[in-house]
Amino acid sequence: MNLNVQNLGFAHGRTATLEGISATFEAGRFSVILGPNGAGKSTLLACLAGLQKPNSGTARLGDEDITAMPAPTRAKRIGLLPQGADTHWAITSEALVALGRIPHLRGAGASADDRRAIAAAMHATATDGFAHRPITELSGGERARVLLARVLAGEPEWILADEPLANLDPGYQLDILDLLRQQAREGKGVVAVLHDLHHAVRFADHIVLLHHGSVFAQGAVDDVITAQNLANVYGIDAHLSKDEDGATQLLIKGKMRS
Amino acid sequence: MTSRFMTGLLLLLTLAALLLSLMAGKVWIWPMSWAADNADGWIFLELRLPRALLGFCIGAVLGLSGAVLQGYLRNPLADPTVLGVSASAALGGVLAIFLGINLVPFGLFGCAMIGAGASILLLLAIGRGGGPIGFILGGMVLSTLAGALTAFVISIAPNPFAASEIINWLMGALTDRLMEDVLTALPFMAIGALLLLTTGRALDALTLGENGAKSLGVDLFRLQWLIVLGVGLSVGASVAVSGVVGFVGLIVPHLIRSFYGEQPSCILVPSALGGAILTLTADSLVRLIPGPGEMRLGIAMAVLGAPFLLLLLIRYRKGPA
Repeated sequence: MNLNVQNLGFAHGRTATLEGISATFEAGRFSVILGPNGAGKSTLLACLAGLQKPNSGTARLGDEDITAMPAPTRAKRIGLLPQGADTHWAITSEALVALGRIPHLRGAGASADDRRAIAAAMHATATDGFAHRPITELSGGERARVLLARVLAGEPEWILADEPLANLDPGYQLDILDLLRQQAREGKGVVAVLHDLHHAVRFADHIVLLHHGSVFAQGAVDDVITAQNLANVYGIDAHLSKDEDGATQLLIKGKMRS
Repeated sequence: MTSRFMTGLLLLLTLAALLLSLMAGKVWIWPMSWAADNADGWIFLELRLPRALLGFCIGAVLGLSGAVLQGYLRNPLADPTVLGVSASAALGGVLAIFLGINLVPFGLFGCAMIGAGASILLLLAIGRGGGPIGFILGGMVLSTLAGALTAFVISIAPNPFAASEIINWLMGALTDRLMEDVLTALPFMAIGALLLLTTGRALDALTLGENGAKSLGVDLFRLQWLIVLGVGLSVGASVAVSGVVGFVGLIVPHLIRSFYGEQPSCILVPSALGGAILTLTADSLVRLIPGPGEMRLGIAMAVLGAPFLLLLLIRYRKGPA
């Protein structure tokens, strides 16, 4: 099963424009969407999540058109961790995680299945320790894990995360990245919009690099993150090397002088 | 457990407030004379009973609308007046009095409901696809416009009598309402309240923001319709029958939240009960204040509500930013 877009175009109001995007995201891989501000990363993710309807081209889950899927069905299969960690009411962590079950709820109460999924999601993210604390009293790192647990609780096949690391300390960022990678290892499809190139190099199995609303490069890390591509897209002077374990090391030296 | 206990307590308090409203007044009427075949029995049946029923319904509808709107706009300072439905219904009522349509049976009620209906249609047209922000701005435009037109009608009232009648009605009261008034307003309020009660899960989902809610399969467009129709019908009918009674929809959800937690779906029914308790109690108190006339309920509520709002603002500023 894959998530793919073919020749996708999108233009609406003030959101970033997309043009002629074709890309395929495979389940079981940690895919990362990169690109400078305004390149259209979040817009592409919104199209994949079915929140935005493309003006042209298609966005498909397997061979089903995502925009044509009934919203509850889509919500069960594709989970989205939206940008920004805003939560508007001081509800408990557990109540927040339980929101992830909304697509599955029928009738009034939560079923045994719902409760099991909530417990499993909180266990996987190590958030069960503060299940009954209000979300507003948690640290940034704890809150980020609770929000991720909310997505996991819905047991989607796909997890889309829009800048899940924003405003987190380095340790907390790695927590979230580890959790996302773990999900991919377990067979889910993971697509994340990231800003930090080092994280992308370190964690991604597949990268789509956007520039001005089009795909500039896509593929494995070493094919996409090249000094030439980084210079062209970000205007930065970067040095790439392999360490003794064969892992790619990225060193950003500065802005390119033009 | 605690919330079950709280709900039991709220039900008891609602019952107590209903009883108080049935008994209290210049003449106290104890339950043994409710069925009596004398003046007391008549006062009970013709005055107290409709008044208490109306107080219950209006309070419940205002509390519920407030809870739903605060949840939808994710703003604890929203109240049923933000949509402009109250102001539009009030304008309809004022026009009815000005044109003398209030002398026709159901004339006042009908005109006020037309006002509310017009605001519903306008809101749906303006707020289309705009989300909560478009919605709240549309409501502000409507409120301002309807308020200005209301002031205009008062200013051109043919004589002081007419002006004072309009102003008196605007201030909101439950006095001298007949059983017919109650029965006319009841279906609108009931339908509106039922629509609003279905929004709980979608409001919960909005805790995660609009994109979060959409990704959970919540249809925000449908939610907007439900809220506009629900608030429009129920609050419109409450204004049509009793004038504008403020603050209930603002205060009650806050009080309820401090006992039930902040999850939007958990406070809907309790807010309705709380609204009924507050309105019934305030309406009983205005009857008991000694003096020649009665203090209008709308005024009493504002007098009670303003200090509370101040308290709220202070607490809000102290709280986490």
